[in-house]
Amino acid sequence: MPDSNHRFFDGLNQTLTLAWRTLVQIRHNPWELGDFSIQPVLFLLLFLYVFGGAIAGSTEAYLQFILPGVIVMNMVFVTVYVGHGLNMDLTRGVFDRLRALPIARWAPLAGRITADLVKQAWSILLLLAIGFLLGYRLEGTVMGLLGMSLLLLTFALAFSWVMVWIGVIARDPEHVQLFGFTALFPVTFVSNVFVPTESMPPWLQVVVELNPVSLLAEASRGLLNGEAFLQPALWSMAWALGIGLVFAPLALRALERRLASGSSP
Amino acid sequence: MDAIVAEAVSKRFGETQALDQVSLSLRPGTVLGLLGPNGAGKTTMVRILATLLLPDSGRIMVDGHDLLRNPQAVRRVIGLTGQYASVDDKLTGMENLILIARLLGQSRSQARTRARELLRDFSLEEAAGRAVQTYSGGMRRRLDLAASLVGNPRILYLDEPTTGLDPRARKQLWQRLRGMVAAGMTVLLTTQYLEEADALADDIVVIDRGRVIAKGTPDALKEQVGGQILRLRPRDPLQLAEIAEAVAALIGEMPDVDGRTVSCPVSDPALLTQVVRRLDEQGLALQDFSLRGASLDDVFLKLTGHRAESGETAEEGDQGA
Ligand SMILES: Nc1ncnc2c1ncn2[C@@H]1O[C@H](COP(=O)(O)OP(=O)(O)O)[C@@H](O)[C@H]1O
Ligand SMILES: [Mg+2]
Repeated sequence: MPDSNHRFFDGLNQTLTLAWRTLVQIRHNPWELGDFSIQPVLFLLLFLYVFGGAIAGSTEAYLQFILPGVIVMNMVFVTVYVGHGLNMDLTRGVFDRLRALPIARWAPLAGRITADLVKQAWSILLLLAIGFLLGYRLEGTVMGLLGMSLLLLTFALAFSWVMVWIGVIARDPEHVQLFGFTALFPVTFVSNVFVPTESMPPWLQVVVELNPVSLLAEASRGLLNGEAFLQPALWSMAWALGIGLVFAPLALRALERRLASGSSP
Repeated sequence: MDAIVAEAVSKRFGETQALDQVSLSLRPGTVLGLLGPNGAGKTTMVRILATLLLPDSGRIMVDGHDLLRNPQAVRRVIGLTGQYASVDDKLTGMENLILIARLLGQSRSQARTRARELLRDFSLEEAAGRAVQTYSGGMRRRLDLAASLVGNPRILYLDEPTTGLDPRARKQLWQRLRGMVAAGMTVLLTTQYLEEADALADDIVVIDRGRVIAKGTPDALKEQVGGQILRLRPRDPLQLAEIAEAVAALIGEMPDVDGRTVSCPVSDPALLTQVVRRLDEQGLALQDFSLRGASLDDVFLKLTGHRAESGETAEEGDQGA
């Protein structure tokens, strides 16, 4: 079927063009870059120097522990941009403009998600670079580092669907941020990103150990620090699969419904 | 072959029957004015014709393609400028146009050339490199229109393109549209203003509450209303009924009495002098009287028996155009 192949490649091209559009905005709005890179750096510095000594005995030891966790936490927060941007397009009529063009139906959404993955990769690189500047030592292998990046990007891809769903059902972009961040704060903090699980009460330990953010943080520590990672990595991928299977259809159906009810401006 | 044929298109949103068996057709190279007050169903019709919304029932052919069976083919021949500018605020004018051109399959250099051309045509060259969020309302509208022309569409939909523009910007846009039509474009234009439909459209379809209530050329429509409207305000409000009677005797039908004024359509200017003379003879004094062109309000009053609910007529006043 050369014709449908052809159409598929056109769709890929359109996806890349739309991803370009999302990323080129950063050039005119460098503050947006600050949104998703300065904040995690601040978190890192704050936790490192304020709590580091108390939690891990020394800043150096704490950095080895916290850097992978902060990278995971930031990955989760960055997915909010997918929902925010999508909602902006829906409420401002840009989505309609795109839908009236002879392009692949899936390209606008795919473009957003692709752009998000680029932002994700950038955030991971940035946090790693800052980590190295602060004295982080990579004890694992470069393969481990790549593995962690792949793991996080895969999870981000699945988790994006939660944000796509929120982006579709929220009335305006501000609500996406409100819902998104409000829901994500407890999820990221009730985890082992900042403190080891052992220091928590037993009932909380159960929750924390089931939290995909904890599982990802543990797997990332394993991959970066050259320790065991397989089990948490597999569990977090199971989470990714589950989240994707539940939220992708949910989000797509909500989008269908929103478009059919014609609720543009 | 007609550029657009829509037959018995209906659309309901919950309790609201937004479109009720609307039919219209559009000849290639002409302008169709879809005229109606706020809430008439204009935007709904445009969104359906632009493949953005599915009708509940009806048949639509656009440029020979069945819109329900082959929407993608329809998208290849249309350009859409919605009621609200739908350009990306965070991109520059140039980038917005390049984005569309690239999505339409143009190469990088083709896209650049096309974007420059359009920016020049729409006097946006100076603002080309600025983010759209710094544009005035009028500039944004022009960019929006330019964006819908990137792919050289054969058929252009314009949903209230001049609502909110100042008179100067409105006239400039009319000029542009006339140029585009002269170059062979087919245009479906919605508007709340009879004047605008009159100035631009070859044919007019008037809709109200989702129904077509009149169709025809602008002249034919105005003829129906009587062309001009005579308004009389008595000095003594108690004489309102007497004045209405006197006017009825002259024009052969009861005029519209609304609060403190009597008004009626007149097609013969000589009627004015007759009315004034007759009232004078009967000793009925007037506070003032006026004769003015028929408006959309008058068309509505005549066609539906109710006044058009006043809608937003200017939401984003703007100078730069
Ligand atoms: N998405 C929607 N959901 C519910 N009602 C709608 C929707 N869109 C339009 N309507 C209703 O349908 C009618 C026609 O609306 P519209 O087509 O926007 O009119 P116009 O463009 O002529 O002002 C109005 O009563 C409006 O309130
Ligand atoms: Mg409208």
